[in-house]
Amino acid sequence: MSVSKRFRWSAVLDHSILIIGSLIMILPVVMLLQMASTTDIHTMKNGPGLIFGDQLPVNFEKAMFKADGFTGANTGVRMLYNSMILGFGFAIGKIVIGMMAAYAIVYFRLRFATLAFWVIFTTLLLPLEVRILPSYEIVQRLGMLNTYQGLIIPLIASATATFFFRQFFRSIPEELVEAARIDGAGPIKFFVDILVPLSQTMIAAMFIIMFVYGWNQYLWPTMITTEEGMFTLVRGIKQITQTLEGTNLPEYGRSNLLAIIAILPPVLIVIFFQSWFVKGLTESDK
Amino acid sequence: MAQVSLNNVRKVYPNGFEAVKPASFRIEDGEFVVLVGPSGCGKSTMLRMIAGLEDISDGALTIGDRVVNDLDPADRDIAMVFQNYALYPHMTVAKNIGYGLKNRKIPADQIAAKVQDAATMLNLTDYLDRKPSQLSGGQRQRVAMGRAIVRDPSLFLFDEPLSNLDAKLRNQMRIEIKALQRRLGVTSVYVTHDQVEAMTMADRIIVMNAGRIEQIGTPAEVYHSPASTFVASFMGAPPMNLLTGRAEAGRVRVGNIMLHQHHEDRDLTVGIRPEDIIPDTHGHLEVEVTLIEELGAHRLLHGQMQGHPLTIHVGKDHPVETGHIRAAIKPNAVSLFDPTSGVRL
Repeated sequence: MSVSKRFRWSAVLDHSILIIGSLIMILPVVMLLQMASTTDIHTMKNGPGLIFGDQLPVNFEKAMFKADGFTGANTGVRMLYNSMILGFGFAIGKIVIGMMAAYAIVYFRLRFATLAFWVIFTTLLLPLEVRILPSYEIVQRLGMLNTYQGLIIPLIASATATFFFRQFFRSIPEELVEAARIDGAGPIKFFVDILVPLSQTMIAAMFIIMFVYGWNQYLWPTMITTEEGMFTLVRGIKQITQTLEGTNLPEYGRSNLLAIIAILPPVLIVIFFQSWFVKGLTESDK
Repeated sequence: MAQVSLNNVRKVYPNGFEAVKPASFRIEDGEFVVLVGPSGCGKSTMLRMIAGLEDISDGALTIGDRVVNDLDPADRDIAMVFQNYALYPHMTVAKNIGYGLKNRKIPADQIAAKVQDAATMLNLTDYLDRKPSQLSGGQRQRVAMGRAIVRDPSLFLFDEPLSNLDAKLRNQMRIEIKALQRRLGVTSVYVTHDQVEAMTMADRIIVMNAGRIEQIGTPAEVYHSPASTFVASFMGAPPMNLLTGRAEAGRVRVGNIMLHQHHEDRDLTVGIRPEDIIPDTHGHLEVEVTLIEELGAHRLLHGQMQGHPLTIHVGKDHPVETGHIRAAIKPNAVSLFDPTSGVRL
């Protein structure tokens, strides 16, 4: 059999579209990197370009360790740390709560279980923005302003995670549940010993989604955190550009480098869990 | 080891469907009982009630000397083998087998020893560290068996354990399961829709149809003296020939053929096993053979007699040709049934 690699114009066209598309996607990141590598004056004069400078270490130093405001607590390192806590707390919390809710709905003969599920599901129609005032009031009265609990807990219930875990649990064969019952595994053992390990791939997928979602939260942290030591990266970057309006030169290098740093963890999480995801998909079978 | 007895055990679903009509029977210590019937006959529901996976609507179920109606499956001292093996995909073979013991708080070294014993018995020692996905169908079935025997239960329950295997493996596993059960002497209930499995494995067969027990008996009893036309046509491949007949003046007739049987005058269904009809040039059955099935060891002749379809089982020496033949019925080989109720007379 001869494998003929015929030259086809359609292939050229396909690839051209793909290449142009990826260039468009990657260009803002390249510009971020470029502006992070030049002095602020250079950026001010020339705008974004393609000529890289040698200011990366200087800007990195500023981005990570320089603080503004009164307390000097909101350094890049501190904001990165806060964002990490928010991202992980968000993802882990949502997965745990979502799994447990789905477990209750799928495996226990509750009255109105279906109704309960659809009620949870309809909360998708009520995003944070709709309920932000009552949520804020509750957090404030509980004394959780400027705390990690206050950042994470009010947003931890997740209809999305509950829905995905419900669908996944329903695909697990009934016989497995019965075998576990005969093997003497009670509800908690079944959950921990069997359901959680079987859900690995689903957990990985949820983790990606929820981590990125938590990491990118802007409105809620802006409401809840007023102390500079509690700022997350996403809101902190905004803060830098805000404080530097007026007669001062905007710190382009510092804020753009922070933006790059803010992109990195979600990207790493996706890359890390993606390999897991594929591994789980190919190895498991029911 | 235990006896199992069911006393008017019944299953009604919330929607009013009666899956199992009140059933009473008793399984002796160490006995291998096979529940057989077509899909939807209630055999699996019956097994699942014994296992405790399905609530019992009515009646009493006794295992050993305890009424277990309200006990959890884990407390009934049973082990079950499922059709799809139901192995835990993320656990190794050793962990799969030992999981039930671990939940019963048995020390790890004892679990390891018992798992080793079970694996040796089932030729699984080389596979203990593998995951179920790395095993063949037959090996997975063995692991499922191992999970059952390692617990040393007083009752084994099998829910169509061989139906996912190919024919060759099924024959082999059938013999292995039977031999294992003999060796361990554990009372067993086995559900299947395959009448060959039922015949070969059972000490006693329970034939079910539409939620009702049609017959309980040894394989020979069920085969040779079916209690109803349903049993007659369900057990045996090919099934028993069922012909419309009539008793007149004390003699049973099919069409204008007189049989040797006697019965008071009435309409009848006459049942004759295909192997109980033998080609005989002096026989008084006249059969028009239209089709011959070659099975190697023997042949099946399909034809018509007096307008009734008829199957005859003949040896491999019988000539392969269609057409008119004469045949005779072996003595005492005829079963008579009521044509409306199907009950044996």
